[in-house]
Amino acid sequence: MRMPFRLNLTLGLALVSMVILGAVFAPLLTAHDPILDADLMNSEMPPSWDHWFGTDSQGRDVFSRVLYGARVSLTIGIVAQAINSTIGIALGLSAGYWGGWWDDLVNGLTNLMLAIPSLVFALAIMAVLGPGVVSLLIALGLTNWSWSCRITRGAVMSLKSQGYVQAARTLGYGDIRIMLTQLLPNIVGPVLVMATLGIGEAVLAEAALSFLGLGIRPPAPSWGNMLTDAREAIRSVPWATIFPGLAVFVTVLGFNLLGDGVRDWLDPRMQVRA
Amino acid sequence: MSGPLLDIRGLTIGIPNRNGPPLQIVRDLSFDIMPGEIFGLVGESGSGKSASALALMGLNRRPLTTLKGQALYGGQDLLAMSRRSMRKLRGDRISMIFQEPMTALNPLARIGSQIAEMFVLHRGLSWSDARPKAVEALAAVQVPDPEGRARAYPHQLSGGLRQRVMIAVAMACRPDLLIADEPTTALDVTVQAEVLRLIRELCEREGTAVLLISHDLGVIAQMCQRVGVMANGRLLELRDAKALFTDPRHPYTQGLLAALPRLGSRAVEGRHRLADLDTAIDRNAPGFAETYLRPRGEAA
Repeated sequence: MRMPFRLNLTLGLALVSMVILGAVFAPLLTAHDPILDADLMNSEMPPSWDHWFGTDSQGRDVFSRVLYGARVSLTIGIVAQAINSTIGIALGLSAGYWGGWWDDLVNGLTNLMLAIPSLVFALAIMAVLGPGVVSLLIALGLTNWSWSCRITRGAVMSLKSQGYVQAARTLGYGDIRIMLTQLLPNIVGPVLVMATLGIGEAVLAEAALSFLGLGIRPPAPSWGNMLTDAREAIRSVPWATIFPGLAVFVTVLGFNLLGDGVRDWLDPRMQVRA
Repeated sequence: MSGPLLDIRGLTIGIPNRNGPPLQIVRDLSFDIMPGEIFGLVGESGSGKSASALALMGLNRRPLTTLKGQALYGGQDLLAMSRRSMRKLRGDRISMIFQEPMTALNPLARIGSQIAEMFVLHRGLSWSDARPKAVEALAAVQVPDPEGRARAYPHQLSGGLRQRVMIAVAMACRPDLLIADEPTTALDVTVQAEVLRLIRELCEREGTAVLLISHDLGVIAQMCQRVGVMANGRLLELRDAKALFTDPRHPYTQGLLAALPRLGSRAVEGRHRLADLDTAIDRNAPGFAETYLRPRGEAA
């Protein structure tokens, strides 16, 4: 029990902090400007000492673009998912606990959201708001809460018949207090795992929207538009797609492991006491 | 002592029925509890004991509804109170402990904070003031090493200790009434005796009245001053505990007592099987049909 829990947490923490540090200290880590250092004479160069990840079709350094792209992708991934989780948890918690007409309403809304492909919905919002980071956050943050809501609601419905929730009611706890102190800590596991998966999804959704020209406007780098830019040349210039793809992979993996590890770490029952 | 602490009159609980009269779970239940008294409520499963207790707390879940009746506590009717003022009473003036000590505590919160929360909630103390009081409360329920235990999580304690912690939580605000719904059913006999003694002593000291709900006649006999016998949602007999056990009046009570296995009773007809409740009840006794409606499982 002890080994895998530590492994998850440390590996997840290592990967996530690597990505975050890379994003924060991008200017110190690379001498190349991600946008301005377009050197057409040196385009499509394989990885070398000067360009660690090679250069893309316009001769820009892929390494520096991955680092600067991390800023955009991470911000969008984390913030959009934070919005999603907050909406989903608040709705799921109240609907599962109170039941009745409120539950019916929330449930209907959740089904509606699940029925509409979230990317199409996000596209519609982006079309109204126009491209840019803020509209991306709004579009992605409002369209992907249905799964967190579902999972929260389900967990709450099974938890609310537990003895300690009943006991809290007889001891004079108010509804909000019961939700926050009795229910929320006990559903943090699945919710956290959902959230970390959602970060990965948001990163990918940003990529899709950027591909359609509604996300981050080129030449500003994001992992999404880097992937879509280099997509056609994937056979001849594989490094221009492999490295941003790897960055997405490492980020999603890191957050998933971190979520798993934090869940185990938060649960006192999982702790082995010497 | 002046009047009763809690005076329940004509409590009727049921499930509303769109196409007819509501299905009644508890019918016209009336009894009172004096301050500091331990009042027992016995009856088989489904006789309406717990539903009545939850109705007093205003906590019955749909579709169970309180249809009629009053529960006067200090001049107020508990059954007609606003949700808000009822919530303030719960845990403060009227507390409750349950059968299942294994699940009645939040598994993710330390014991100390769960007790301290009562002071924060009902007394408006800050957390730092409430924590030492929580340790005191743990000491009061005779938990060894209260300071260490306050930092423990529920899963680190045994069932008996957890039930003590529940009692500490319920008694934290020195309530006027403690409703104990089968408090010892999940515990083994030795722990059961300790917990019962603890409840009795603690409540005596604090002047708290107890509504003890049980199906265990032994527990009731040991603890209570007065006892009500319930079956099928009706209160059949309400007597002094001693009188009830020596001279039961209602045929159901007589049957209930006759069904108790007795050590050394080896009558010829009793040798082969224990007397069960349905054969022990004298169905032809006068007044039986009006009060005890039907055996469990039989259609009305």
